[in-house]
Amino acid sequence: MRTLVLVVNRLVWVAPTLLGLLAIVFFISHVIPADPASFIAGENASPATVAEVRARLGLDQPLHIQFVRYIQSILQGDLGRSIFTRRPVAEDLLSRFPATMELAIAAVLVASTMGIPLGVVSALYRNSWLDHALRIVTIAGLAMASFWLAIILQLTFSMRLGITPLHGRIEGWGPEQITGFYTVDALIMGDPEVLLDALHHMILPVVTLSLPAAATIVRFTRAGVLNALSSNYVLYSTAMGYPRRLIIWKYVLRNALIGTVTQIGLIFGILLAGAVVVEAVFDWPGLGLFAVNSILSSDYNAVMGFTLVAGTMFIVINLLVDILQGMIDPRERA
Amino acid sequence: MRRVMRKLAQDRAAMLGFALIVLLVLVAILAPFLSTHPGDVSDFHTHRRLTPPGEANWLGTDRMGADIYSRLLFGARITITIAVVAITVAVLIGVPIGLVAGYYDGIVSDLLMRLSDIFLAVPQIVLAIAIAQTLGPSIENVILALSATYWPFWARLVFAETRSCRNEPFVEAAIALGCSARRVMVLHILPNISSSIIVRTTIGMGGTILTAATLGFLGLGPPPPAPEWGRTIAEAREFLPMAWWYAAFPGLAIFMVVMGFNLLGDGLRDVLDPRLRRAHDR
Repeated sequence: MRTLVLVVNRLVWVAPTLLGLLAIVFFISHVIPADPASFIAGENASPATVAEVRARLGLDQPLHIQFVRYIQSILQGDLGRSIFTRRPVAEDLLSRFPATMELAIAAVLVASTMGIPLGVVSALYRNSWLDHALRIVTIAGLAMASFWLAIILQLTFSMRLGITPLHGRIEGWGPEQITGFYTVDALIMGDPEVLLDALHHMILPVVTLSLPAAATIVRFTRAGVLNALSSNYVLYSTAMGYPRRLIIWKYVLRNALIGTVTQIGLIFGILLAGAVVVEAVFDWPGLGLFAVNSILSSDYNAVMGFTLVAGTMFIVINLLVDILQGMIDPRERA
Repeated sequence: MRRVMRKLAQDRAAMLGFALIVLLVLVAILAPFLSTHPGDVSDFHTHRRLTPPGEANWLGTDRMGADIYSRLLFGARITITIAVVAITVAVLIGVPIGLVAGYYDGIVSDLLMRLSDIFLAVPQIVLAIAIAQTLGPSIENVILALSATYWPFWARLVFAETRSCRNEPFVEAAIALGCSARRVMVLHILPNISSSIIVRTTIGMGGTILTAATLGFLGLGPPPPAPEWGRTIAEAREFLPMAWWYAAFPGLAIFMVVMGFNLLGDGLRDVLDPRLRRAHDR
């Protein structure tokens, strides 16, 4: 019941938050010094042509009217056309969405399988050399600029050793688009070669993305386990003479991992942000690369479209995390 | 205060972090004296471009033949300026908003917090790139973009902390004694929540430096010939794998500085605020 109230409460705020976000980015991106109309009209266009283009796009209207028009067309599912690719923004975003999701999902999987066990071990052997080493490594993992890490990985593994591809998602054209996830599509088509090639291309970007994520998970899991270890129910169980192994598996881990689950949800959001730069370095044709390119070329419809998608994803993830938390944690149900 | 210092001094990792930060500040101040080629921020020597690290050029030279070691030292000035000013502005915006919204109930509080939620609804880096691109590449605009995107972190934190101590006896006592709302907020609540703000600010410095470097990497930082670290790495990409030193050392510099703030922040958190350790990490 409490969860339901929480969800309804949150849903009410989704639309105003998105509207506010769009307003901010709209006003930021429309103060662009470069005039999009003259860009579209071409370099040698006469002032009259530029004015005509400006009127056609509604760019001669006051800013708030432009914004209202933009919101109206969004509500009809029209995100406008990209100035750069000249295709509808919605189409561009949709075709690039799977590439980013594939990367982010793989990174979350890698980060969790590495981070959770290491975090648990770190807490169980608190203040051992292993714990200290992990503390340094995790802080280091969070201190590296991801674009630099990506470049150093490229330099070492692609250029020097030649064992990983330098950039891109696949050699050649890639599998037939069914889901847009190359690994899934390759599995559906039953093509192991394409699958291996896709995985091969994913190695470096996934490592770059998952390192800081894994570091966060280690630290969070460690804190959660330590918290559980110092609780009264563990003290009680120990006093009752339960074997330590049983206490850890049955009481400590179960309670500690509730926090980690929610944290992984939030990390997923952070990964989508990290993808912006990592995709740019690895030339990965996802939403992040699209965002960087459209921002750098002042492609305002594309920037707005990306903002809308990113904002929606963030809000949805946060909502899901809250719901999940409510379902796992009995205290929230009461 | 003395207790905090003593406990912090026992934490070797935190002390290492502190040392790294002191090193950064010293390097930034003493750059003209420590550098071997102080003129190389703007000078170039095409005859010795892309020389590997050696006796004359400790960390090698770049595409213009300028000494990378000297340029890195001067780059520290840019990094420190951006981080300190941007964070100061973000704190000066975020803390008062958080205090006011946390202290009062009502529509203004709701609106202020919704506003910060809106800023937190997209990845910070995206918003920062968008703002920096609109304003054009310069050091001032990087600072503006960063403070505009980072203030909600302090607003959120201060809001939550203010809410949780608003009904404490010491606040009620202050109100009962007739203190004005402003006096209660500034003299009674703020000192009590300052440790969380300090921890958050220290760790925030690291994050801000990373974002600033990313902006530089994307060409949105201070324009050449400024020896900004992120931009240097972007320039170096053309010359890989041959000139590895060109990309490696600026990244290492960023890494050391951010590591310094993160280590110190981590240590401070353990000493100042054990509660935070259990809640959100980063």
